[in-house]
Amino acid sequence: MNTSSKRPAPLPVLGRVLRYLFRYYKFPFAVVVLCILINAVATVVGASFPQTLVDDYIVPMLASGSQDFGGLAQRLVQLACVMGLGVVAAFSYNRIMVNVSQGTMRHLRKDLFNRMESLPIKYFDTHAHGDIMSVYTNDVDTLRQMLSQSIPQIINSVITMAATLVTMLLLNPSLTVISILTVVVMLLVTKAISGMSAKYYLKQQQDLGAVNGFIEEMLDGQKVVKVFCHEQTAMDDFRKVNESLRDSADKANRYSNLLMPVNANIGWLSYALIAIVGAILGINGLAGVTLGTVITFVGLNKSFTNPITQVSQQVNFLVNAAAGAQRVFALMDETPETDEGYVELVDAKEGADGQLTEAAERTNLWAWKHPHHDGTLTYTRLEGGVVFDDVDFGYDDDKLVLHNISLWAKPGQKIAFVGATGAGKTTITNLINRFYDIADGKIRYDGININKIKKPDLRRSLGIVLQDTHLFTGTVMENIRYGNLDACDEECIAAAKLANADGFIRRLPDGYQTKLTGDGANLSQGQRQLLAIARAAVADPPVLILDEATSSIDTRTEKLVQDGMDALMTGRTTFVIAHRLSTVRNADCIMVMEQGRIIERGTHDDLIAKKGKYYQLYTGNFEE
Amino acid sequence: MRTVLKQLKQYKRDTFLCIGLTALEVVMEILLPFITALIIDEGLEASNLPAVYRYGIVMVVMAFLSLIFGAAAGKFAASAASGLSANLREAIYANIQTFSFSNIDKFSVPGLVTRMTTDVTNIQNAFMMVIRVAVRSPLTLLFSFLMCMWISPPLSGMFLIAVVFLVAAIGIIMTVTIRIFSQVFHKYDELNASVQENVSAIRVVKAFVREDFENKKFSKAVDSLYRLTVKAEGLLAFNNPAMMIAVYFCIISVSWFGAQFIVGGSLTTGDLTSLFSYIMSLLMSLMMLSMVVVMITMSMASIRRIGEVLRETPDLKDPDNPVFQVADGSIDFNHVSFSYKHGSDKSALSDIDLHIHSGETIGVIGGTGSGKSSLVNLICRLYDANEGSVCVGGLDVRQYDMEALRNQVSVVLQKNTLFSGTILENLRWGNPDATDEECIAACKAACADEFIDRMPDGYNTHIERGGANVSGGQKQRLCIARALLKKPKVLILDDSTSAVDTATDAKIRSAFARIIPGTTKIIIAQRISSVQDADRILVLDNGRVNAFDTHDNLLAHNPIYQEIYESQVKGGGDFDQPA
Repeated sequence: MNTSSKRPAPLPVLGRVLRYLFRYYKFPFAVVVLCILINAVATVVGASFPQTLVDDYIVPMLASGSQDFGGLAQRLVQLACVMGLGVVAAFSYNRIMVNVSQGTMRHLRKDLFNRMESLPIKYFDTHAHGDIMSVYTNDVDTLRQMLSQSIPQIINSVITMAATLVTMLLLNPSLTVISILTVVVMLLVTKAISGMSAKYYLKQQQDLGAVNGFIEEMLDGQKVVKVFCHEQTAMDDFRKVNESLRDSADKANRYSNLLMPVNANIGWLSYALIAIVGAILGINGLAGVTLGTVITFVGLNKSFTNPITQVSQQVNFLVNAAAGAQRVFALMDETPETDEGYVELVDAKEGADGQLTEAAERTNLWAWKHPHHDGTLTYTRLEGGVVFDDVDFGYDDDKLVLHNISLWAKPGQKIAFVGATGAGKTTITNLINRFYDIADGKIRYDGININKIKKPDLRRSLGIVLQDTHLFTGTVMENIRYGNLDACDEECIAAAKLANADGFIRRLPDGYQTKLTGDGANLSQGQRQLLAIARAAVADPPVLILDEATSSIDTRTEKLVQDGMDALMTGRTTFVIAHRLSTVRNADCIMVMEQGRIIERGTHDDLIAKKGKYYQLYTGNFEE
Repeated sequence: MRTVLKQLKQYKRDTFLCIGLTALEVVMEILLPFITALIIDEGLEASNLPAVYRYGIVMVVMAFLSLIFGAAAGKFAASAASGLSANLREAIYANIQTFSFSNIDKFSVPGLVTRMTTDVTNIQNAFMMVIRVAVRSPLTLLFSFLMCMWISPPLSGMFLIAVVFLVAAIGIIMTVTIRIFSQVFHKYDELNASVQENVSAIRVVKAFVREDFENKKFSKAVDSLYRLTVKAEGLLAFNNPAMMIAVYFCIISVSWFGAQFIVGGSLTTGDLTSLFSYIMSLLMSLMMLSMVVVMITMSMASIRRIGEVLRETPDLKDPDNPVFQVADGSIDFNHVSFSYKHGSDKSALSDIDLHIHSGETIGVIGGTGSGKSSLVNLICRLYDANEGSVCVGGLDVRQYDMEALRNQVSVVLQKNTLFSGTILENLRWGNPDATDEECIAACKAACADEFIDRMPDGYNTHIERGGANVSGGQKQRLCIARALLKKPKVLILDDSTSAVDTATDAKIRSAFARIIPGTTKIIIAQRISSVQDADRILVLDNGRVNAFDTHDNLLAHNPIYQEIYESQVKGGGDFDQPA
């Protein structure tokens, strides 16, 4: 859980949430306010009716002894109409508000997700995934509460108070003073109490974060805990963090629980006060106070002070919502990946003269469409040649992790990278597809600087199989088709066959229609890798980047994976980060990397003959 | 729900105090309008100022009493609710500690974390609300009604009509919405799962340029969540108007009949104001009650999810008269079959029958899913065999005390973890009483000493969560050292040197032979080089024993072994030199 100790300034952030709401729901929201107004008026009319009843009907009737209820009946019908209007208004605003608040949530979620998808890889590499998730779950949730409960509640309270205040002023200004004083006292008390509870709420959030961190770590290693019979110690440590959370939760709630009874009883005290003062004034015939006035006034006083209690309960929600909104907007304000490329990948056809022209249909012949400054267009055939020209790169501006990398991969060649963990092998693959941008030097793809190529087109021309395989919820077929959304079932199956995945897929309970969930949790590591290869195969790219899995799969399955990869590599330019000897032996060129530099290069035989670092790695003879 | 409430324990007293005090508070609140009526009737109408003062003071005193009751009730509510949630967290955590591996496999870590934080907090809030409001509302309702009966039985009939109407209306709305809400929660989980998926697989999404595709997919999920939520909450929007209809009905009917009764002389003006007051408290209490129902509905999902964990019973149990001493390191599998899911026809191991002598070094090799890990997991009873028996030291593992067994059969898991704390603290998981010297000796044997020495604080270097600041190979060596500290009779390495270079791997194995010659060693590996020196090598294929023989014999006769050997040739097959 992401708890910053800094309290955000609630108002500007909440203002932004409201602006967000207004952007899509200006009109419905206006209707909501109008309906709340109508409803509040109806409520006040209903609440002040007892005065009319007593003063205009009962007292005169008692005095005159009249039994004619016709006037009253007429009046009650009018009242019923106003109340009916109020009910309709209440329903309307409740119902519209559902659309407004849920609709705002819908837009918010979509915007949040769209923005997230557009962020550069760097964002995901530098933020804990748990924190990103928490924005969607905890933070969006606090906003939901604010939009669907707090806002209508507050508007309703404010309008009810205003309408009541006007009625009270019209009825009797001097008694109104007592009510206003009551509200002032309530506000002061509320402020004091919520200040104290806010302090502990903050502590509670921090303690909750501590508990969260503790159980996440311990449960991740729960099997180790079992194997070492460490249950009791783990339990004792847990009790400590748990007790501290209990304590802060207790204190935070104790204070906020005070609010309701305190405010309610201040309300009652003012009730008593108004009754006494009203009685004195009424009996002495002062300030135009009648019996009916007092009766109505005690009722009105209640509707005037009740909203304070309700609003004060919303204060904590608002503080929470502001903190949540802050994190939601922080994600939304992240700068998306920029794309200044202008070279596009298009379907092409070859004219009789060997010239390439753009084709409207799928031709299986691709070309880079390159507009030049002078307004001319050239078409370059997509072949898959990649050149690194003296490339430097660092994840941070001040620390380079790759130095002077130069390499030439002709179309169809296989380039292997070997070297220790942290030597920079994986980093190189992050550069070709522009997950990260290089600091210096140039990378050319078919002779075009990759910075000039539109990122989506560049990436579409590159196939990638990562070390950690990620699959998506959906059928096996859908997962393979992820590589090429236009592929038909037959093409997907053909890709699976190429990748050696067909065999195990057919043995799954529902074959290609087997549902995968939780990142393919029901498959073995090797099977997941085979699917990833099939996914890359169906994309059919001219250039491949393969990050071989380390040792999580066994040699036999690896043979399948290896054969799958070999089949995939045929005829494609391939960059492979190798961990296994068998992978590199037939590479056109092997790059041995150490601390961000290429220290040796050549074919397997060249490098063995050289008896350098590669030879050491190969024979497993390390000098200590 | 009962499972959850059982966790109240020592906070039961606070809960009942809260309920009792709330009841007293309600009594005060109910009497207050009654006093108001007295002020109006005996004070105002009779123009009797002393009576106004008298009842006014009574009111003030009652308001103070009500305040004290209310504040005390709030205090007990807070302590009961936070106590309940602390107990719940503890109970969940304690139950997880009793889980066997197969229980652990059933729940995901994020799922358990959500249950212990978000879900428990939901219950805490709901519980606090319920013990304060759920007691208050029905009591207010009841007392208000009693007072009405007392003031005017005919008019209380109007009340009854309104209440019956409301209960019916809200009841219908609630039963329908609760059903929809459970679907909403389900959709909500799916939505979060899809975000999770995108966050962790962002490289795949970007590599295949599927941002728009994912956006559309997510959009669809959000839209369907939206439609369902609007359907549920749209129904809830009827609550408020229904309430108002009931209250307005009361106001109008009480006005009409009340006026007639007053004029007829059977009712006083003061009584009328009290009635109106009770109508208002009725409105408030019913409103609160419906909020409680919503709150309970929302927390039902949480209660259900917590119940799942609390009700999960460990499927491994200690025997009645457990044996605490493992005689020696011999291991026997007597026609063992095993599958992870009971009743599933896909078994991980079938008819395994093998016998290992104490002190032997055994290599295990085989494809993914061939059952290597399953096999060793049965030895220290992380799972139970479905058929046949597994014996250690000549005795069925089910006869041992589990803790004793696991202390003497030490396994280094394939997916291993270090915990935040110093290196020494991590090592002492193996043996809390180990001296510094013993720890260092174990690290030397596991070839961990060499890199620990190079660390800034040596053995006191702080390991970050999950061992994030050590490399894979270093982590594996620390885990081996940790297991060595147990001085086990059987040591199992489940692919535990995969990230260690071949030379170091060999050094660790020769250290084993030197330091713990009497310990039975079972080494699962992908690399032939890791197992070729073993006394015997077990070749597993598809959950069955394919061969169990020496390296030379296997190389001569076993096709699977030959194939693996061929693919790795001689020398190192692995380029990862751990930093």
